[in-house]
Formats: sequence, structure tokens, C-alpha cells
Amino acid sequence: MPDFGAAHWYPQGPMRSGKPSPAGRFVQCQGCKKTLFATDFEANFKVCPYCSHHHRLNWSERIAYTFDEDSFQEMDADLVSSDPLAFPDYKPKHDAARSKTGMEDSVACGIARLIDMPVSVAVSDFHFMGGSMGSVAGEKVTRTLERGCDMRCPVIIFCASGGARMQEGLVSLMQMAKTTAAVERCRSHGIPYISVFTDPTMAGVLASYASVADVILAEPKALVGFAGARVSKQAQVVKAPDDFQQAEWVLRSGMLDRIVERRDMRSTLGELVRMLGAHLRQGAAVVA
Amino acid sequence: MAKSWREWMKELLHLEELITQMRATAARETDSHKAEELSQQIEAFEGRRKNIIKLIFSRLGAWEEVLLARADPRPYTLDYVNAIFTDFLELEGDRRFGTDHAIVAGPANLEGQPVMIVGHQKGRNLNERTFRNFAMAKPEGYRKAIRMFSMAERFRLPVVTFIDTPAADPGVESESRGISEAIAASMLSMFELTVPVVSVVIGEGGSGGAIGIAAANTVLMQEHAIYSVIPPEGCAAILWRDASKGNQAAAALKLTAKSALEMGLIDRILPEPEGGAYANPLEAAETVRAAITGSLQELSKMSPVKLKEHRYAKFRSMGVFSS
Ligand SMILES: [Zn+2]
Repeated sequence: MPDFGAAHWYPQGPMRSGKPSPAGRFVQCQGCKKTLFATDFEANFKVCPYCSHHHRLNWSERIAYTFDEDSFQEMDADLVSSDPLAFPDYKPKHDAARSKTGMEDSVACGIARLIDMPVSVAVSDFHFMGGSMGSVAGEKVTRTLERGCDMRCPVIIFCASGGARMQEGLVSLMQMAKTTAAVERCRSHGIPYISVFTDPTMAGVLASYASVADVILAEPKALVGFAGARVSKQAQVVKAPDDFQQAEWVLRSGMLDRIVERRDMRSTLGELVRMLGAHLRQGAAVVA
Repeated sequence: MAKSWREWMKELLHLEELITQMRATAARETDSHKAEELSQQIEAFEGRRKNIIKLIFSRLGAWEEVLLARADPRPYTLDYVNAIFTDFLELEGDRRFGTDHAIVAGPANLEGQPVMIVGHQKGRNLNERTFRNFAMAKPEGYRKAIRMFSMAERFRLPVVTFIDTPAADPGVESESRGISEAIAASMLSMFELTVPVVSVVIGEGGSGGAIGIAAANTVLMQEHAIYSVIPPEGCAAILWRDASKGNQAAAALKLTAKSALEMGLIDRILPEPEGGAYANPLEAAETVRAAITGSLQELSKMSPVKLKEHRYAKFRSMGVFSS
């Protein structure tokens, strides 16, 4: 077994932290509320050492925690949403999200290397309008899946989204079909596609490309569901279990394959890409 | 703002009831002079009725379109199936968990040619509505649809789907059996097809529940149907924390057939008879029939491979952005 070395591997460079104290040296865990050293917190992939709460990441942290150092090449970063419906308050909200996150929209995508294997990657960032999927997110996810087909490499998508973006109306709904069509393309091209449910993965995103991956992983306790928990519980007399719509419950329901702690995500994805994508690398070797 | 079609149409419905009563009285009337008088009254009332309909339909906003799309006398999937197709043979099983009466499916003949039908089914009275779960399909409904799509592929049957759902079922049971996966897998199986697929939005095109069986080569939409990413009440609750502002949200969401066509997200609007599809269901069905037949004829010119590519390219092009 090759040493993927997740434990020896640490992210480099400046990171945005969850909630730094004024001094910047301490952060408070959002799970157990304990005070943690910021440096320990970062070194532990923003997972609380006491309660194991997996704090939400922004897209660049996710990339840094998962893929080979400096291997990520962002693509399609210039795609900008227009406002097809001239929807009330969309533009100011979108602008605010852009300046808050430095992103043009909720998904970043490109190519990267994972333990020296090429992968096509998309990461959804919940901090940008709840990670919602409008035209740009839909297009980027589609291009990520198509890139996997074109480059003959596995596709990895990290999901974090409240669902389709209401402000782009029916255009957003159609992104569900568009991205799902691209997953079908990967299947017919023999391209492995792995999706990772992170907190939260909901509604229109869950009901499209996220749920039809070959392998579905999830971070512990990630919220995963079709409808808001309130709506679901109102809708039926059936009593919801205590961990309803948590990754652990979704696993028990058979709707995902594995719950993976953040520190093991890189190595788990690496093993999957190595095994499920072996035929692609052999093919490449023959051609070369 | 009227909350329902019945509330909005109260005056008209009252007038129609009066006319029906008067006709019944006139039929029983033996005195020819009185009968003549009555029929003149009826004619005057009919005139008024027509004027009211004209007035109502001359100034429909987005919210009125929502109410029309949800109107309970509106023809539902099985009404169209019975009017347009012959020998519809409903097949129920999902082979996994159970049957789902919110989606009906099975083969039927269209002008002598077998096709596969899948559609959401609403109910007209409380019993029917409960039986149909308000056309909110559970995972079983979408898994039944997947079975029909794959049979259609194996046996080279064109697929016709009817879209009429407020949303997929959001309950705890549906979650536990993977409603999201079922919807996504249903869409995915439609993208695998190498046979022609036509979808007709006949009432409510309600978000994921609708698109789950609407990934078609040709998407037709009736004039007074709606198609939306979120119910307007839900949108209003998020935007303004006030679900009663559904009318404002409906306008903002641009969920009408006209807007969907302008944005290039559907292929054709199917005009409805004056007063809406329910005013003349047979005429409405004839328009739907002609459009389905025409679309299938167009699509049958494409090769199997081309049909799949066409469907991909169609949805691939949807999205508004700049770079
Ligand atoms: Zn903690």
C-alpha cells in the first residue's frame, strides 16, 4: 500500500479561518464552543479535536486540504452570471457575495492532481449565496464532468449547496437536467465520478448531479436532504429520527457509500481514483 | 389576492351555476311563453358570462396563471391520455418498494403506434387527492418511471410524459427512500434514451418533481400551465418572510409559458380554448394531440444516436452567463 500520508500532509499558505478571535490566535468551535488554538485548528483541517465538528470550508481551503500542493489549475473562473429574470435584489446580493468571497459564483472548477493522478475537480462554496446553483454553477459542474470525458480522467465534485438558485428561476431548474446529462456522458465514457456531500447538500443539487455519482462520500454529520427538515417533518406523521438528514442517517438509508473524516478524505479519494480510474491510466500508457 | 382558483372565479362560478339551474327549469317549463322568456334570460346571462371570461383572460398576471394552472376542473394527465391515446395499459410496479399513484405510467397507442406514457396525476376530490398524494410523487413514482423509460428504450417506443405536480413528496419516508436520488436517476435515464421523448407541461411544472420526468427532446407547454424552480409561496416566504406575497413572487419568477418560451427553455406553447383548457377539454386535447404527433414525427427523422445527442445539446445550451 503506497503511503498517501494524509497525516503527514498539511495545507500551505494563508487560509481564511472560521471565526478568529480578535487576536487571531484562538477560534471557538461551533460544535462544542470550546476555545481552540487557531494554528492547531488549521492543522487539524478545521475539525475540532474535542468534538470532531467539521467546520465549513471555503473552496480554496477544500482544494488545499485535498489535492497535491499547488497542483490545482482553476478554469472557467471568468464566467459571470447575468440576471436573466431581473429578479428583485439579485444583483446586490450577488455583488455582496462576490466581494465577500472573492469568487464570481458559487463553484470553482479546474484540473488538479491527487497523489500524482490527474483529476477534474469542482468545489461548491456555501459562503457564496448558500452555494446555490444558477447558470454559472451549472455550467461549471457540466464543464468539469465534460473535462473528465475529454481528458480521460476521474471527476471529483465537492457539494455544498442549499439547492437551485431561486433568483434565476426556471433557468436554474434546467441546470439540474444539464448537469445530470453530463453525468450520463461520464458513465457512457467510462469516467469514474465521485461526489462528496459536505455540509449542507440539499434540494436541487442533491436531486441532480450530486446523487448520481458512481461513489458518494460524505463528511460526518453533513446535512443532506431534499426538503428543509421542517417541511419534511410537517409533511408526514411519520416520526423523523433524531439524526434525520444527517450523513449518518443518509448512510443508513443507503443513499451514500461512506462517511469519511476530513483528515482521511485525501487518501480515500486517492484510493478510489487509483482503483476505479486504473483503466484510464493503462489506456494512457498504451497510447504513450 | 385570491388564494385559489375557486375564490378568484367565485362570481363566474356562481353565474354558471345560475345558468345551469335556469336551463333545467327551462327544460321543465310547459308554458311556451314563459319558456321563451327564460331562454332570453339565459341568453343574456350567457352573454354576461362570456364577457366576464373575456375580461378575466384579457388581463392575466403571473399569479392568475398560477391559479389557472392549479384549477381543479383543469384536465389532468389521464383526461388527456383517454382523449388522445387508445388502449392505455397502466403498469404500476417500481420493483423496489411499492406503487405510487402520483405518477401513472404504461404503454398506449397513438394513432395506431405504441408509445410509452409517464405522467403526474392529480385528483379532483378529497378522496382522489389523497389517493394521488396531490400528485406529489415519492421515490417509487420516479423508479417506476425509470422502468418505463428503459422498457421504451429496449422496445423502441417513443416516450410521452405529462407534467403536472406541485413538487415531489417532501416527507420523511420519501427522504429515507432517496427521493433526490430517484429524481436524479430518472432524469439520467431519460438522457440515456435513443428514442424520441416529448414532454407536455399541462398544469403545474413544480421544480425537481417536474424536471425529474421532463428531460425531453421536445418540451411543449400549455398556454396556462406554469413551470417554476420553486412554488411562488415558498419563494415569497424566503424573500419577504411572507408566504401570502405569492403574487409578487410569481411575477418575479417569470413562471408563465410565455416567459419560458422567451427564455428558450421550452419549444412551443399550446394555445388553450377561450376560458382555459377546462372550458373545452376536447378542444384542448385535440391541440395537445396534434402537437405530440407533430413533434414525434419531427423527431422520428433523427437517428437513435442523434436523438440522444439532440437531447444533450438542448439542455447543454441552457444557462445565461457571460465570460
Ligand atoms: Zn468542538
